[in-house]
Amino acid sequence: MFTYVVRRTLQAIPLLLAISVILYAILYNMPGGPLAPYLQNPHITAADIARLKHNLGMDQPVPIQYFKWLGHILVGDMGYSTSNSEPVFQALIERLPATLELMAASLVISIGLGVAAGMVSAVYRYSFVDYFITTLAFFGQSMPVFWFALMMQLAFAVHGIPLPGGYMIQLPSAGISSSDTFDLGDRLIHLILPATVLSLLGLATFSRFMRSSLLEVLGTDYMRTAAAKGLAFRTILFKHGLKNALIPVVTIIALSLPSLIGGAIITETIFAWPGMGRLFLTALNQSDLALLMGYLVLIAFLVVFSNLLADVVYAWLDPRVKYD
Amino acid sequence: MAASVPVGTPLLEEEVHFSKVTFWTRLRRHKLAVAGLVVLALMVLAAALAKWLAPFDPNAIDNIHWQGTPLPPCFQDSALCGGHPLGTDDVGRDLLSRLLFGARISLAVGLFAVIMEVLIGTVLGALAGYYGGWVDYALMRVTDVFLSIPLLPLLLVLTAIVAASSTKAALSFGVIVLIIGALSWPTVARLVRASFLSLREREFAEAARAVGNNDGRIIFRHLLPNAVAPIVVQATLDVANVIIVESTLSFLGLGIQPPTASWGNMLSDAQSNLEIAWWAAVFPGLCILITVLAINYIGDGLRDALDPNMG
Repeated sequence: MFTYVVRRTLQAIPLLLAISVILYAILYNMPGGPLAPYLQNPHITAADIARLKHNLGMDQPVPIQYFKWLGHILVGDMGYSTSNSEPVFQALIERLPATLELMAASLVISIGLGVAAGMVSAVYRYSFVDYFITTLAFFGQSMPVFWFALMMQLAFAVHGIPLPGGYMIQLPSAGISSSDTFDLGDRLIHLILPATVLSLLGLATFSRFMRSSLLEVLGTDYMRTAAAKGLAFRTILFKHGLKNALIPVVTIIALSLPSLIGGAIITETIFAWPGMGRLFLTALNQSDLALLMGYLVLIAFLVVFSNLLADVVYAWLDPRVKYD
Repeated sequence: MAASVPVGTPLLEEEVHFSKVTFWTRLRRHKLAVAGLVVLALMVLAAALAKWLAPFDPNAIDNIHWQGTPLPPCFQDSALCGGHPLGTDDVGRDLLSRLLFGARISLAVGLFAVIMEVLIGTVLGALAGYYGGWVDYALMRVTDVFLSIPLLPLLLVLTAIVAASSTKAALSFGVIVLIIGALSWPTVARLVRASFLSLREREFAEAARAVGNNDGRIIFRHLLPNAVAPIVVQATLDVANVIIVESTLSFLGLGIQPPTASWGNMLSDAQSNLEIAWWAAVFPGLCILITVLAINYIGDGLRDALDPNMG
C-alpha cells in the first residue's frame, strides 16, 4: 500500500510539469504579457517599457523565462497581481476560505442527498419514486448553472416565497454576510442560495451514479447469500450493499471536482461571493496575467491531487484492487 | 470464419444489418428519447425557419412602443405589450424573435464543436489504441493534461486572449466553435482508444491484417465501424454539454457577442433587470433547459439502444 501511494505520487509530478508548460504556453500569448496594464498608460514611455521588460526578464528566451517562473512557483512566489495590488499568493489565500466554505457546503448537500436519493431509487426500482428521482436528476444535469442561479434569485430574493400565515421566505442573494462581525446564523442564511445552486449538478450526477452502482451490487451473489442466511433486508442493504456500492462513488466525486470549480466561478460571480472564482473572473477582465496563472496552477494542482486521493482511497476501500 | 470472406466486402455486414433493426425497435421503446427527438426536431425546425417565423427583426428596437423599460409579454398585459408575444428585452428588441435566432447559434455551435471534437478525438484515440506503445503513452498523457485543467476557466482564458488580441467582436461563431472543439476531444479520444485496444485483438482485425490491408484501411474500414456506438452516445451527450458551455461563455460576456442574439448573452442582459422583467430572464433559460434535456434523453435512449449491457 505504501509503495502504491509513493508511486502514484511520483507519477503525478510529470503530469503537473506538463500542465504548467501548457498553461505557460497559453498565457504567454496574452497580448502585452504581464505589462498589459502599463501599455495603455500615457505616462509610461517606450523606454520605460523596455526597462521594465529587462527588469522582469522578459527579454530572455521563453524557455528560460518558463524555468525562472517555475522556480518561483515552487517556492510559493506567484508574482504580483496588478488588479489587486498585492502578491498573487496572498490574493488567492485571502479568498480561499470563502470558496472552500461554498464548495464544502454544496458537496455535503450533493453527496448526502445524492447518495440517499440514489439508494431510494435503486431499492424501489421502477416505482413512482424512482421515476420521480431519475427525472429530477435529468433536469439537474441539463440545468445551466447560471440560469438556475438567476431563477433562485428571482424566486427567493426578488419576489420571495409567500407562506401561509402572512410569512415570507426571503433570502439574501449577494455576499457572504451582512456585517463584518461574525454571526453564524447570518452566514448560514447567506450560504443557502449559492450552496443550493452549486450543489445541483453534483446532486444529479451522484444520485444517478449511486442508483446504478447499488443496482449492480443488489444483483450480486454475496447479496443473495446474505439474504439466504435470513438477514433482515435493512442489515443486508446497509451492511453489505451500501458499503460496496459507495466505493465507485468515491471516484465520481473526485472526478466531479473540475465541474465544481467551473460552477463555483459562475456561482460566486452571480451571488457576489468573495471567493477565488470571482477573483479569477475580475482578473480576466483586467488581463491580470500573474493572477490568472496562479489560479489555474492552483486548481490544476487541486484536481490532480484529488484524483490521486481518490485512487488511494479506492485501493484502501476495495481490497480487490491490486496495487501493481 | 471471418478469414474465409472474400477481400473487400465488409466482414460484419450481417451483424450490422441485424443490429440496425433492433436499434430502432429499442430506441422506440425509450419513450423519453422519442419525446426528446420530437422536441429537438421542432427546435431545429424553428431555428432553420427563424427568418420566416420571427414576428420582428431580432436586432430592431421597437421605437413606437418601447419607452425605456422592457415591454411585458402579451399574455401578461395585452395593452402594453405592443404586439410582442413574449415581450421585449431591456432595449426594446422582440424577445421571441431573438429566441428563434438564438436557437440557430446554440444548435450550430453544439453541432459543429462536437463534429470537430469527434474528428480530433477519434483520430487520436484510434492511433493510440491501434499502435499502443509510446504513441499510446504520449497521447494519453496529453489527454491527462487536458482533463486535469478544469474546462470552464481554460475556455475563459482562451476567449479572453482572443478578445484582448483584437476586439471582443473577434469572438465570432467560428472562433467559439474552434476553441470549444479544440479543448473537448479528450473524452472521445479515451473512449475510442479503449474500443480499439480490444478490437485490434479480435479475429476479424487479424484477418484484415492477414489479407494484406494497410494500417489506415484496417483502422478506418474495419475497426472504426465497430467502435461507432460509444462515439455516437458520447457525441450526443456532448452536444448538450457544448450548448451549456457556449451559453455560459456568452452569459459571462466572452462568447457570442451582441447584437447577435444567443440564449446566453440574452440572459446576461436580463440579469440587471431581474426585478422588472422576469420574462427576459425566464424564456432564454427555458429554451436552453428544454433543448439540453431533450438531447440528454436522446443520448440516454441511444445508449440503451446501442448497448443493452450498459444498463
